[in-house]
Amino acid sequence: MNGLGLVKGLLLTFKHFFATYLVDIIGGKKSKARRGQITADGLFTIQYPEESVTIPEEFRVIPFLVYTLDEEGQRTYRCTACGICSKVCPTQCIWITRAKDPETGRPITESAEFYIDIDKCMNCGSCAEFCPFDAIKMDHDFHIATYERGETHIFPKEKLGKPLEYYATIRPVNYQAEEIARAAKAQARATT
Amino acid sequence: MEANQDINRPGIEIPAELRQQVTITTLERIYNWGRSNSMWPMMFGLACCAIEMICTAASRYDFSRFGMEVMRPSPRQADVMIVAGTVTKKMLPPIVRLYNQMSVPKYVIAMGSCASGGGPFKEGYNVVPGIDTYIPVDVYIAGCPPTPQGLLNGLITLQNKVKNESMKEAGWYSKGKEVEVPIPVLGPDVFDPRKMDLIYEETHKPLEIPAEDAGTEGEPQ
Amino acid sequence: MSDQPVLAPIYNELMAEFPQQIEIESRPGFKGVIVNSSALVDVVTYLHDKKGYDYLSNLTAVDDYPEDQLEVIYHLFKSTGGEIIEFKVFTKRDEPVVPSLYSIYRGADFQEREVWDMFGIKFAGHPDLRRLLLWEGFEGHPLRKDWKEPFYEEDIKPYKNRWPEGRGERIENRNPFKDNVQYPRDFDPKIYEPEADQSVYKLLQSQIPQDTGDLKVEQLVVNIGPQHPSTHGVFRMAAVLEGEKVLALKPVIGYLHRNHEKIGERNTFLQNMPYTDRLDYLSSMSNNFGYAITVEKLLGIQPPERAEFLRVMMAELTRIASHSMAIGFLLNDLGAFFTPSLYALEERELILDIFESVAGSRMMCNYFRFGGVVRDITEDDFNKVKYMVEERLPRKIDDLDRYLTENEIVKMRCQGVGVLTAEEAINYSASGPSLRASGVPYDIRKVDPYSIYDRLEFDVCYQNHGDVYDRYLVRLAEIRQSLRILKQVIKQIPDGPIQTGKVQYAVRVPPGEAYGRVEGPRGELGYYVVSDGKNNPKRYHVRSPSLMSTTSLEKMCVGGKIADAVTILGAVDVVLGEVDR
Repeated sequence: MNGLGLVKGLLLTFKHFFATYLVDIIGGKKSKARRGQITADGLFTIQYPEESVTIPEEFRVIPFLVYTLDEEGQRTYRCTACGICSKVCPTQCIWITRAKDPETGRPITESAEFYIDIDKCMNCGSCAEFCPFDAIKMDHDFHIATYERGETHIFPKEKLGKPLEYYATIRPVNYQAEEIARAAKAQARATT
Repeated sequence: MEANQDINRPGIEIPAELRQQVTITTLERIYNWGRSNSMWPMMFGLACCAIEMICTAASRYDFSRFGMEVMRPSPRQADVMIVAGTVTKKMLPPIVRLYNQMSVPKYVIAMGSCASGGGPFKEGYNVVPGIDTYIPVDVYIAGCPPTPQGLLNGLITLQNKVKNESMKEAGWYSKGKEVEVPIPVLGPDVFDPRKMDLIYEETHKPLEIPAEDAGTEGEPQ
Repeated sequence: MSDQPVLAPIYNELMAEFPQQIEIESRPGFKGVIVNSSALVDVVTYLHDKKGYDYLSNLTAVDDYPEDQLEVIYHLFKSTGGEIIEFKVFTKRDEPVVPSLYSIYRGADFQEREVWDMFGIKFAGHPDLRRLLLWEGFEGHPLRKDWKEPFYEEDIKPYKNRWPEGRGERIENRNPFKDNVQYPRDFDPKIYEPEADQSVYKLLQSQIPQDTGDLKVEQLVVNIGPQHPSTHGVFRMAAVLEGEKVLALKPVIGYLHRNHEKIGERNTFLQNMPYTDRLDYLSSMSNNFGYAITVEKLLGIQPPERAEFLRVMMAELTRIASHSMAIGFLLNDLGAFFTPSLYALEERELILDIFESVAGSRMMCNYFRFGGVVRDITEDDFNKVKYMVEERLPRKIDDLDRYLTENEIVKMRCQGVGVLTAEEAINYSASGPSLRASGVPYDIRKVDPYSIYDRLEFDVCYQNHGDVYDRYLVRLAEIRQSLRILKQVIKQIPDGPIQTGKVQYAVRVPPGEAYGRVEGPRGELGYYVVSDGKNNPKRYHVRSPSLMSTTSLEKMCVGGKIADAVTILGAVDVVLGEVDR
């Protein structure tokens, strides 16, 4: 009981306090680039919203539906309404209505309606993981604060749709791998 | 919306020679500006989201940059209640009581899916499907859990809301506008005193097809 | 599993000792023996006193609806390590009574109350059989199979109305009250009088020692929580104080009861995986781990080598993140406002970054699959882990050590506070750092090794005083041991596949039961899963270490100061998501 441990502890906090700024002053821009990274030794704070932490590729918020645009600006969704995502969804927050051929009345591989209740979604990524058509993917956009809930938190198909190019920008590595796999599949189908 | 957020652009022309020395604002704007930059959240966590809220308060995201550093455990001193996590029926009466104890102007953020609308646990028997069933919510943040940056985005959204409020319309300077939310009671299931008549009506309804309803506690399907 | 399972010798001994009372479990896939309800206390006393089965790990029930039968299942272990003994007691559904084990294992206290709450099984001889997670006055016992909640849709997922004719609609619109509620017939809210915790207060009053000294001091009932900055969530301690001294204390829990088990029985096996993340939300990887190995026991599959290493890597990183946060928040409770916890959170953030990059989410990782993991670690992330483990974390942990361990204030506040002796800790079924701080070197990674822990070198950390300070020391030492494990993992991790077979979204699990347990950051995390051959578990129970730790809270706090109660709670380090589930 001599207070030495206390002094030691205080010295450590002082060191932490001064070193933080010192490192940043000496290191300048280099030190700032390390901020919030594993090599960080200076200030740790990230100045959101001016800057943001690096969002890794696998990061997931809520799902979106991938579509491509044709020349007339019509959306072609990759989704075939197979229903796997709604089956694997742990919270059962996905509703799909399968489209029907207007003439024959038989179901076709297209969804007429697609809803996700984002108030139930637990961002687990199961839908994207098990989708056989790479049609549903997890978004990176976490700026989803709203003033209203009402029915606006049940996202319909239009709101869920995002272009393929967007997907390619947020998940470049996955996108590349999938495109290669898709091309190989298409070729295999063409040869047989 | 955008124009209203700049405190020193009230739409009054400043003569060119005074532009560097004088700035003009309206009382409302400076008042809202001050309020929005000193929102004290209540130190109040329920579940998983609370951990993300702590991370938002910690050094990496640090919401003291927005004037929110003083997290008050007492509702009397807090401006914002961040409902961070699943609201269960057992926890509902304390939450409503805490909300009533907060002094106006008060704001509520429903952080995460659970607080907004029940979330993944919505189907459970002890979960409230959204805190907005009982108390008014100002900002909803989806995500399970929202990342610290997502929460910061929500807080900024709330600040924007505050900046656009008008003193004339605000309830807290006029008498009798603030009504206390009646505290739910834990009975056989939680019940809202505001819905007593409806509950009485439903539980005393004559059974239509008694054979089918047997064993399901008289709950109409 | 053959039709005639080979019984461990202990069962034969038991049958020789109690010839008429014990039956062998004959259902395929099920283990253990069935004990006659009237002989239960004798059998358990024999096991406890003569055979050294002094640790009640798990106690739960299964509803065999539509058969007229409820089962109560017991899992016992020896605190010195060794084989499990599991047995069941059957009782009738309409009037279920089973003798209580409260007098033999105090750890049965909360578990029996939970079973009463959820299944309505009465435990004869339990002194305080109140509802644990729900409130007194709640209608029904929710985990019975024929009990339906207000938002009930179907017995099992996936629900049929989602596809192919799904219409996005909220279920509350189908409820007459537009809320998640239902009331029994003829319920009149106007004349209803709520119980309002009267039973807790009555119980507290009955436990106050009559003669507390000559000086008459006014006694005060104080509720700490459910909203209190030091309770780490929605935890409530109802205490009777005399001055600053705690005369009686009762934890009141259930404020975060999210019906994990009821939902879990409706989910498919895989759908439960992301739900387990939300149990102990500070260590989701460990939760995944426990659930994965339990279901793998039922499936009879083994993950490939690389997946095992990845699993251990993630579990140990979780342990570091969780322990350092526990230390930080213990200091918060001591009044070292925020500095230590900010230091701890900084390192936790960096570990979470790795999780985010590997698994996709900071906290809710959902990383494990049956027979492997969801994706491989990239070169970049692997280097990050390597840097963290070899360079950064040892330095930071040393800092934390230098900062706190010798600090006189920490020592004064923590030493000798909240003491739990070894016998008490075992009897109260404490686990993890709480148990080891009391001088019981019981670590599941050593006594019952799972995954690749038998091939890794590490020490079981333990201390002998069983106070708050020792729990802190154990946590600190365990972080160092985790780093040691991680260094070996980084060195030895082989290349290869990360998944056995293809991940199926509908896993068909053969009928049977399995009890799997892992050493989570908070202690023994057990999962008890019963399958009846369908896509959904028939019973899914979580043996949560935090709940077991709260059992002994009363014992540790009574007689001490109220300020110490907060410290003790911080040192026990409960996570409410896991206590209440």
